[in-house]
Amino acid sequence: MGWIEILDRAEVVTDKHHIRGSTGGGEIRRAPNLVPLRITCLPNDQDKMFKLSDKILLLCVGEAGDTVQFAEYIQKNIQLYKMRNGYELSPKAAANFTRKNLADYLRSRTPYHVNLLLAGFDETDGPGLYYMDHLSALAKAPFAAHGYGAYLTLSILDRYYRPDLTRDEAVDLLKKCIEELNKRFILNLPSFSVRLIDKEGIHDLEKLMPVGAK
Amino acid sequence: MALASVLQSESVDFSNYGRQRRGFASGLTETELGLESVGGDSLSFALRTSCSNGDGPDRKIEFLHGTTTLAFKFQHGVIVAVDSRATAGSYIASQTVKKVIEINPYLLGTMAGGAADCSFWERLLARQCRVYELRNKERISVAAASKLLANMVYQYKGMGLSMGTMVCGWDKTGPGLYYVDSEGNRVCGDLFAVGSGSMYAYGIVDSGLKQKDLTVEEACDLGRRAIYQATYRDAYSGGQVNLYHVHSEGWTRVSQSDVLMLHQQYQAEKA
Repeated sequence: MGWIEILDRAEVVTDKHHIRGSTGGGEIRRAPNLVPLRITCLPNDQDKMFKLSDKILLLCVGEAGDTVQFAEYIQKNIQLYKMRNGYELSPKAAANFTRKNLADYLRSRTPYHVNLLLAGFDETDGPGLYYMDHLSALAKAPFAAHGYGAYLTLSILDRYYRPDLTRDEAVDLLKKCIEELNKRFILNLPSFSVRLIDKEGIHDLEKLMPVGAK
Repeated sequence: MALASVLQSESVDFSNYGRQRRGFASGLTETELGLESVGGDSLSFALRTSCSNGDGPDRKIEFLHGTTTLAFKFQHGVIVAVDSRATAGSYIASQTVKKVIEINPYLLGTMAGGAADCSFWERLLARQCRVYELRNKERISVAAASKLLANMVYQYKGMGLSMGTMVCGWDKTGPGLYYVDSEGNRVCGDLFAVGSGSMYAYGIVDSGLKQKDLTVEEACDLGRRAIYQATYRDAYSGGQVNLYHVHSEGWTRVSQSDVLMLHQQYQAEKA
């Protein structure tokens, strides 16, 4: 079973891009290494991917501060569950837990303005990708993207994605998406970090740097 | 600061929908030291509402910008350089502001944005760091200190705090530099410049840091030069350049140089 996700988010002020993909037995994710600040950017290696457990990754974009605070909150709660009950939440359960938290805070005085992608590998169900947005919608999808970059990349995914992609084909597909962003997207995103989740766990793949603008 | 509040920001909108995150408190009567934005009227600090359901126009708070602060890591620690001008509109309120806050003997914090916000929260941070030391019998790491600060101000997100600070120090993992602001950003990095003159400073430091190995002397000169160039171009930065060096034994106040003296010195060197 293959899943490819591209997640990127562009707001007027902040812009973060995440690309995620999963392929037959695994999931690949990608997120750009950039923290935008008004009109400058602070290039750094701040990870937008939060490891919820050995086989679950959470990609969190949105309002500054909210992202890290919410993601770390979810991360610690998932770990607490494991400590209390002796076993880990499945990706599906984790996604629903996350969504529930987002929904609970939505109509409070302090809603979290974050968009999320949760990817995980379940022993029985295989790889799974869950798309969540700041209004706490939840959808399981073969591939996904957040932000303005989604407009550019989703069609590529629609066209070339197949459920039975091999790992290399999946990475190539992500590269296609990045090239498109590099070509057409107004913001310059210098590098993307890619991760793959499969039954062995989470693996860091090589960072992707788009070649100079065409 | 024993300065009378000269200007009240006229374009502050106070609105409390009963949602704390959207209310903007006033606290803008003190002179501001500038937040991360280039000077110009078109720029305003637009605090974004969390759920943009389209209710109400974008609330803007005009901050009185005017500062250049920078810090960068290098082989022998961290260099912290700041200017010392405070402006209230087009009036120069002070040329001798201390924009580096000495949190403890091995941690420094810089000040940009609201002076009261910066000094208050960093003082509070100093207290928390001391409590940490007493409880754990070891010094707090720069990462932990910056996280404490970030978590503290996150509680007040959307309520009108204005603070863009760099937490610089040396801990067991070596030199540490974090940028923390009142919007909730907390970022680790090797180089940061904050304030209306930050762009100009970036230009100098980025080009100067290309040669990897800098001696302490060279790094200090670079920091000093960067602030000088920023004050040259940015109307809201000026006064003196205060330079600090953070190394394994803590921080040292390296120099305080008047920008006009530096100008003459550099002009003479060119000739």
